[in-house]
Parts: sequence; C-alpha cells; structure tokens
Amino acid sequence: MAEPNHARRFTVLWVVASLIATPLVIVLLGPILPPGNGSQQASGHVTDNTVLLAMATPVLLLVVIYLIYAIIVFRQPKGGVLEGPAVRGNQRLQTWWIVVTSILVVSLAVYGTVRLEEDGAGSGGGPSPVVVPSGKKLKVQVIAQQWEFTYRFPEYGGVEVPHLELPVNQMVELHVTSLDVIHSFWAYQLGVKADANPNVDNVVYVKPTHEQTFEVRCAELCGIWHGAMFDHGHVVSQEAFNTWIAEQQTKYTAATKALPPYSKTYLPEPTRRAE
Amino acid sequence: MSLLVKKVLGIGTAVIVVGVLIGLYVASWATSFPETVAASGSATTTGVSTRLTLQTVAAVGAKYSPAHPDWVSYLVQSHGKWLHSTDYKVPANSDVQITVLQYDGDSGLRNPFLSQVQGTVGATETIDGKTVNAINPEEASHTFAVPEMGILVPLPGVAEEAKNQCEFAPCTMAEAHRTITFTIHTGKKGRYHWQCFVPCAAGFLTGGGGPMQTLGYMDGYLEVV
Repeated sequence: MAEPNHARRFTVLWVVASLIATPLVIVLLGPILPPGNGSQQASGHVTDNTVLLAMATPVLLLVVIYLIYAIIVFRQPKGGVLEGPAVRGNQRLQTWWIVVTSILVVSLAVYGTVRLEEDGAGSGGGPSPVVVPSGKKLKVQVIAQQWEFTYRFPEYGGVEVPHLELPVNQMVELHVTSLDVIHSFWAYQLGVKADANPNVDNVVYVKPTHEQTFEVRCAELCGIWHGAMFDHGHVVSQEAFNTWIAEQQTKYTAATKALPPYSKTYLPEPTRRAE
Repeated sequence: MSLLVKKVLGIGTAVIVVGVLIGLYVASWATSFPETVAASGSATTTGVSTRLTLQTVAAVGAKYSPAHPDWVSYLVQSHGKWLHSTDYKVPANSDVQITVLQYDGDSGLRNPFLSQVQGTVGATETIDGKTVNAINPEEASHTFAVPEMGILVPLPGVAEEAKNQCEFAPCTMAEAHRTITFTIHTGKKGRYHWQCFVPCAAGFLTGGGGPMQTLGYMDGYLEVV
C-alpha cells in the first residue's frame, strides 16, 4: 500500500480546524476576555486580547493537530521495533516556518504600536506622553504612599480625597506619583495600570464608558500592607460627580489648607528620621 | 554494613534533622503573632463603655523587645500593665474610647492630607484637653489609622525642648507626653489592619522599614468581635 501524502492530509486537517475554531474563538471567547468594557482603554484591551487569541489559535492547532496526527499515524506497529528514517532537515519547511512566524510577530508589534499610539492603552506614558487625546480632560493626581492611594483634583481647589470617583464619558488625565517607594496604580476594570514612582509624574489617560464600581489595587510589592492597598472606585454620572466633589471640598477643608500647592511630584519631605 | 551505606545513612539523618529544625523555626516564626489584648469594658449609665489605652514610645526598650530595643513602638495597657502588642480586640457596633499617651517627638507627615482627623465620632480628637479636627502636619509624630474603617487620627509629638523626656518604654505619666483621646464607632465584625502613616522608622530608607514593616510595633490588627 502506497504511503499517503501526509503533508497534504495534515494541511487539510489544520486549515479546516483553523477555519472552524478561529471564528468560534472570536465570537464566543472574545466578548468575555478581560478586563471587560469599563472604559475606552479596557475595551481596547479586549480587542487586543481577541486579536492575539485569534492569531494564536491556528498556531496552537498546528502544534496540537500535528501531535495527535503523529501519535495516530506514526505510532510504533505492534511487535515491530523499527527505526524511523533519519531526518536531515528540510530547508523549505524551515524557511516557511521562519517567514511565517516572523510575519506574525512583526504584525503584532506593528499592531501593538499603532494601538498604543491611539490612546495610550491605559498604560503610563511617563511625564510627557507621546500621545495626548484631544478634547477636555479631567485632571486627577494619584498619590501612592505606604499603604494607601489618595487622589488630588487640581481643578477643584486641589482637594485630596481617600477614595476615587470619576464622571462617566469624560476623558481623565491621571498623574500617578508616589511619596515613598515604588507602587503601581491598577484600576482593573478601567484597564489602567501605571507605575507610581517617587518624584516621577506618570501620565495615563482613561475614559470610563459606563457607570460602575471598579477595583483599585497596588500592583507592585511595596511592603507589609501591600495587599491592603485595595479599594473600590466608582464611575458616576456628571451630576453625581459634581455633587460628590463639592461634598469632598467641604469635608476636607482642613486637610486642603494643610496641603502644599498642587505639583506634578512632591519631594517626600520630611524625612527627618530616615536615612 | 558497608562504609558507603553508613555514609549515606549518616548524611540522610543529618539532612532530615536539619530540615526538621528549619521547619520548626519557620513554623514558629510564621505563627508568631503579638498577643491579642481586649479593650476594657465598664458599665456606665448609658450602657457599657469600652476603652483602649495605648502608648507610643520612641524606643521600646530591651524589656519589651530585646532584639530591637531602639525601635519606635506602640504599647497597650491591660489590667494596669503595659504590654507590647498591637493586636487589639474591640466589640462590634460599639463606641470605643481610645486614649493615646504619646511620648515620642515629631517627625512630620509625608502627606499633609493625613493631618485631618477622619472617621472618629464627631470627626475630632482631643489633644491635651483641646478638641481639634486637624493638627499641623509638621508636628505629627504618628497616626492611628484604620484605612478599611476610614479612621485616621494624627498624633502630635512632644516638643523637642520638653523636659523629662522618656528614653525607653514603659514611659510614666511623670514624663513629657501628649494625651490624645478620641472615640471610634466600630462597625461589623472583622479583622482590620491599622497602621502609622508617619515615616517614623529611624534609620530606615524613607522611614518606612523596620518597625513600620513589623507587626507589634507601628502596625497591627483591630479585631472587631
């Protein structure tokens, strides 16, 4: 019996499986991928994750189907102890492998760069981000300290508050900094994660797209109560935000008086007892 | 028994003994927590009043901490004695009056926002008989803060030029101190961490190491039961 054309059989199997599985992955898994659609940036992450998964699906199938095919078709015959033919390399296959994987990786790099340039993708862009979204932005300073985040609103008298509320459908310009060690501000459902370094103004943009409660946590091991740097923030209507911020200005009048003028970073003074 | 077998058995036994000793040490360290001290309760005309009396000291002293006698620390009073613990038990849904005898000098707050009293009954504290809602952030020595409960009480320091300053704990009423009182209303049952927000760990990077990172000194738990 003539040996079948394994390459053709395997290719047909792989192409058919990819054509079936990839759309299913996009349609069924895509919508439930993290971090959800809490903001314009978070929705972008979902799209990115879907693209990555769609591109990875044929690669995964290539490996898995080949493994299964080899186990079934090239298995050791019963009673026979046969050495397989020596493999001396396949220049055409190797060339194709390098070309295809290179195209995949370079495409993803280009895609990632373009996406990053669209709106910053919820990541810290440093003190002078390359991309600045147009339009009106609400400025909020995120101040990390061992072990709590506080938030300062320079456009509302510089009031500082211990919990975060943001208005819906409003582009927010977060200025993330730290007063002591390295922290990381992570608002999961909003798709925001930015390092909080002392004496660094790390700017990140986020536009919440619906009213919600989101989690805030520190994503950089920062000491004994690192795990306690956890809170819930809220995205509310513009009217509710106006009411809330006015209440905070009244509530924290005494603290606001004690605060230094708004600055992009604060020299963590005093350090009288520290080295 | 051959020499090789004897060697293998000897090395194996030594490895097991050392492993057990390391295991015991780690288990002892991992399960070593400060003693939990219950707030004292006393009957009043309006019900049961719960009180917690604390002391903050610049150096805890060898009596309470042979390993770190020069670390800054809190102490708690129980049955008239000062104990080295930062794990306090208080009743749920109750008012708890807390008195802090503050013997340490000022360090200043890194974030002046924390100079305002938050989360206490009336959003105030009483310092040496005077009720205030904030202190000068430069004069802060420590804070008693329970972030999860929204409680933050800044504690002012003893003036640098004050006479008869306390060197090591336990400090006495005769030594220079500030008396701070405030009342908190405990909510639902739970284990809430409390901490100091002043970078008060002398000699450590940014003042945040050592006693700021070790249970039993400048942070602990409030067990609401």
